[in-house]
Amino acid sequence: MFMLGPIGFTAPWLLLGLLALPILWILLRAVPPAPIRRRFPGVALLLGLKDDEVQTDKTPWWLLLLRMLAVAAVIIGFAGPVLNPKDQTAGRGPLMIIADGTWADARDWSVRQDRISGLLDQASRAGRVVSVAVLTDLPAGEVQFLSADVWKTRIAGLKPKPWLPDAKAVVAWSERLGKGSFETVWLSDGLQRDGREDLLTELKAKGDVTVIESPRAVLGLWPVQVDDGALQISAVRSSREAGSAVNIVAIGLDPAGVERELAQVVATFEDGEPRAQVALSLPPELRNRISRFSIQGVHSAGAVALADDGLRRREVALIAPHDAREGLQLLSPLHYLKQALEPTADLIKGGLEDVLPANPDVIVLADVATLTVGQTEALTDWVNDGGLLVRFAGIRMAASDLSRGREDALMPVRLRAGGRTVGGAMSWGQPKALQQFAETSPFFGLNIPDDVTVTSQVLAQPDPKLAERVIASLADGTPLVTRKTVGQGQVVLFHVTANAEWSSLPLSGLFVQMLERLAVLSRLNGLSADELEGSTWVPVRLLDAFGELADADVMAGVAGKDIAAGIVNAEMPPGLYEGNDRRVAVNAVGADMLLETAIWPAQTTIKGLTVARETLLKGAFLVAALGLLMLDILASLMLSGRLTGPRNTGIATVLALGMIAVGGHRAQAQDSSDDFAINATAEVVLAHVITGDQAVDDVAHAGLMGLSDILFQRTSIEPANPIAIDLERDELAFFPFLYWPITTSQTTPSPEAYAKLNRYLRGGGMILFDTRDGDIAGYGGQTPEGRMLQKLALGLDIPPLEPIPQDHVLTRSFYLLQDFPGRHKGRAVWVEAAPVDAELIEGMPFRNLNDGVTPVVIGGNDWAAAWAVDNNGSYLFRVGRGYTGERQREIAYRFGVNLMMHVLTGNYKSDQVHVPALLDRLGQ
Amino acid sequence: MTSPAALRRKSAELAGVLPPLLADAQQLAAMVLLGEHGRRHAGLGDEFWQYRVAVDGDEARQIDWRRSARSDVHFIRQKEWQAAQSVMLWVDGAASMQFASAKDLPFKAERARVLAMAISILLVRGGERVGLTSSANPPRSGQGQLLRMAQELSGLEGNADFGSPEIHGMRPNTRAVFISDFMGDIAGVQQALTDAADRGVKGALVQILDPQEEAFPFDGRTIFESMAGTIHHETLKAGDLRERYLERLAERKAALADLARSTGWQYACHHTNDAPRLALTWLYHALERRH
Repeated sequence: MFMLGPIGFTAPWLLLGLLALPILWILLRAVPPAPIRRRFPGVALLLGLKDDEVQTDKTPWWLLLLRMLAVAAVIIGFAGPVLNPKDQTAGRGPLMIIADGTWADARDWSVRQDRISGLLDQASRAGRVVSVAVLTDLPAGEVQFLSADVWKTRIAGLKPKPWLPDAKAVVAWSERLGKGSFETVWLSDGLQRDGREDLLTELKAKGDVTVIESPRAVLGLWPVQVDDGALQISAVRSSREAGSAVNIVAIGLDPAGVERELAQVVATFEDGEPRAQVALSLPPELRNRISRFSIQGVHSAGAVALADDGLRRREVALIAPHDAREGLQLLSPLHYLKQALEPTADLIKGGLEDVLPANPDVIVLADVATLTVGQTEALTDWVNDGGLLVRFAGIRMAASDLSRGREDALMPVRLRAGGRTVGGAMSWGQPKALQQFAETSPFFGLNIPDDVTVTSQVLAQPDPKLAERVIASLADGTPLVTRKTVGQGQVVLFHVTANAEWSSLPLSGLFVQMLERLAVLSRLNGLSADELEGSTWVPVRLLDAFGELADADVMAGVAGKDIAAGIVNAEMPPGLYEGNDRRVAVNAVGADMLLETAIWPAQTTIKGLTVARETLLKGAFLVAALGLLMLDILASLMLSGRLTGPRNTGIATVLALGMIAVGGHRAQAQDSSDDFAINATAEVVLAHVITGDQAVDDVAHAGLMGLSDILFQRTSIEPANPIAIDLERDELAFFPFLYWPITTSQTTPSPEAYAKLNRYLRGGGMILFDTRDGDIAGYGGQTPEGRMLQKLALGLDIPPLEPIPQDHVLTRSFYLLQDFPGRHKGRAVWVEAAPVDAELIEGMPFRNLNDGVTPVVIGGNDWAAAWAVDNNGSYLFRVGRGYTGERQREIAYRFGVNLMMHVLTGNYKSDQVHVPALLDRLGQ
Repeated sequence: MTSPAALRRKSAELAGVLPPLLADAQQLAAMVLLGEHGRRHAGLGDEFWQYRVAVDGDEARQIDWRRSARSDVHFIRQKEWQAAQSVMLWVDGAASMQFASAKDLPFKAERARVLAMAISILLVRGGERVGLTSSANPPRSGQGQLLRMAQELSGLEGNADFGSPEIHGMRPNTRAVFISDFMGDIAGVQQALTDAADRGVKGALVQILDPQEEAFPFDGRTIFESMAGTIHHETLKAGDLRERYLERLAERKAALADLARSTGWQYACHHTNDAPRLALTWLYHALERRH
């Protein structure tokens, strides 16, 4: 195949056609565009006019170039260009394809499958027999060489396994390879492991070996440990070169039960380091939820670390001295401990005997000095097994002989008699503050608030071992917290009380943080081999090679010692195992497992995994040529005046539209919303809600228009033209008043619209609901509009209502009214109920109801129809009959005026100041 | 002798052509006549029409002293326009008039005919005599003359590219109307107008142009042909000619206007995309003016 860079040509001879291009150039250049013949009466005026420029009788160069390119594209297109053509080099004889098939393969398994199928294609063309083997899942029996086509059907079924090949099984398999020679292609996962050289030697003895592996580093995640209250996450990689960073995410169920990313942390590999470590501090609530950690973007079992009970909530037993006295709660020695531990730990209450069988992680003894012999023994055993015993001092401990002459097994230090008091009323000195925590202390790094002071404490007897046991001390160096290890467990003593009697420590946040750090220490970092010995664990959830968790099928239990050994294989795939009320995680990458890049002997052929794909470019070239020719059409039309000339505008427009992608431009919304806001706020504007019923909306609009006119004429309110409001879309806050006619066909507003309406009502807006059924309602039945109103108002924050009382401020906010007719003269009008304690004072015409503008007014008198005027100012609807009808309309207008006054001035007219004037007017 | 069949065919042909033209023209004339009073205008005649207050520019000899003596201002005595005049029309029937640049525009010839017929109708209603210069018939009044004119106008199809006014049927001291695009040689128009002026004939020139002729919206390599195909002009870049073409067109219009002014005629340009009423009103008032 003829090659030009990465492009090959299937018919390279056609490229000679490119030589013809210069000739075409000359030819095309000589031929000017064909003229148009036009009939034109004005030609007589043209006679004798000469063209200014002469060169236009030749085709312009850019048009020529366009055409040249088009022709060149056609020629090249038909020459059959192929990007990255594959050179077929077929071998001979049987072919053995080996894939490691480990979790390290999983991240690019589809590429490997493609590669294998490519090899099979080649073998199939060459008529070779093939055998495919996955080292983690070796077939039993003799190695079979079959036709490549047979294997092709099986490729899709090949899956990597979440464990590494078993060296013994591989050796056994290599012995079954038979005597014939064959060529081998080995798709390696890139990890160094034992037994690889042996197999390679065996294979080399049979024939050529080609190794295909990806140069990308393999990433793994160690099981997450908890240390000093933080999750210690370690990522490992197979390469050692440049530094890089990986994102590690903690995944778990959120409170809604949905699996999601709970935390994310970046682990950075230093240059040349195989391991990156990062500590992740999470609130215990969050930490308890974590089900697994994984490296972001790497789909492989090795990049997943399952979390087990080790990260779970602690069980803490709180034990106080028996006390017959009914103390005050705040003086209870356990009060602050409960407060501090409750959110993060499960508390167990009861006596020591009751608590110990529950095997809590932590036992807190608050000022408990005396223990029975049985209790001491049980407690010592428990501490030896890994329990954390936290003791607090107190008057009882100070008064007792505990750990006085000889160090008690359950006390970290010996105590001096009596203890001391500093800064008290009867002692010298100031209360002592805390010293900064030493680097060796588990509290290291915690901030000590200034107000934490200690006034009393029990003192430790100086001792050779004292210094190493102190984990917190006062400013003068006297120990405050001491610790010693007993067996697998620890005993921690706070030299102060657990309540605020001796120090302000329990009142501070530091106390919680200290407890948190200590309680974390109590965790069993992995189960010991002894404990696992003899137990059986049942898989619950299993990890596949791609790092996905799936429910375990029926599978035999796994012996505890296998789990302790931590060797992951087909019998014990990685996953969560359950037994003894505990869960233990088996991870594909165990703790302390370092990943090494595979090292191959010098003469081995190693190829990369990625293969540039063969891409046929013929189509692209021909499409480009077609596009250029289209452009040429446009350009020619333009040159010859047919594109813009008379009678061709239609064609030109169609062509132009066809060639130019017209992007829709919808950025009008912002402008229009600004306009809307400006319109609504520049003046007082009455607004009505769009119901969707055009007739009703029109009437509402006309009604508000009429009311606006009346307001303009009679009052100092000068409203602009009313606005129609779409509840879903428009901002309501601009409007002091909404008129909402109710129709049965109305749709209920969306939850967002309801939220907006409630905000509006709370913010002092008013809605006038008008069911427009005053003519038929009020005879005992309920109208459809009434029911609709109930439905609509369900979502609204409406206070208790009552029919307008005689002394409501609406009756006197501008006009003195007792009646509120609209087009109908029907039902009562409802407003927010007056407070129950409002009383009528004798001699006053109305109650003292000073507070609040009613957020809603509900009625059915169809006020808008009574108010409605057309553009000429004439009334749209007849109201009543004759003069009484006009009077009714006048009252309706007056109601509108009062309503607007009420909306805009609030309870101003409700003030008693206006009483004399009102009495005067009433008197008339 | 015409056989009855031939007569019938001919009359059917006539009826086929005439009604649209006449109807169009009558419709047009009706629009103009709204609110007008026919010949009830001040003009040449014997009957007293009105006194009007003299204004600046009125000649002193026109003042009616007898009437003016009875008041403080001067009055002019006006007489009703009475004289029945002959108005001769020439409508260009050359090929260049058979042009319309768009489908919804009428041919220039069509517009010219409608205008001619409409003004004829108006004039006949006003009692004037009308006739065509191209016709052998003398100008007459009455509906019969209108029908004849319509017939003659419908048959007006010239083969020449451009026409020039015919004045042989024109009598001295009459009025005349020339309707054409005046795209041809201006010498013919010049000759006709001077001749007419010599005979004391006054009137109006109506130049009818297509909007395309005013805009010259062409571009690219183009061969322009006259309507009859006798004249060619090839250009490689029509767009470049636009300016110069428009210049020449303006020159032509100016020449026509000059010519009209020097011979006491009126000149107006009318476009086929304008409402014909405008041209008709202008024409009517142009003929009404006294000189």
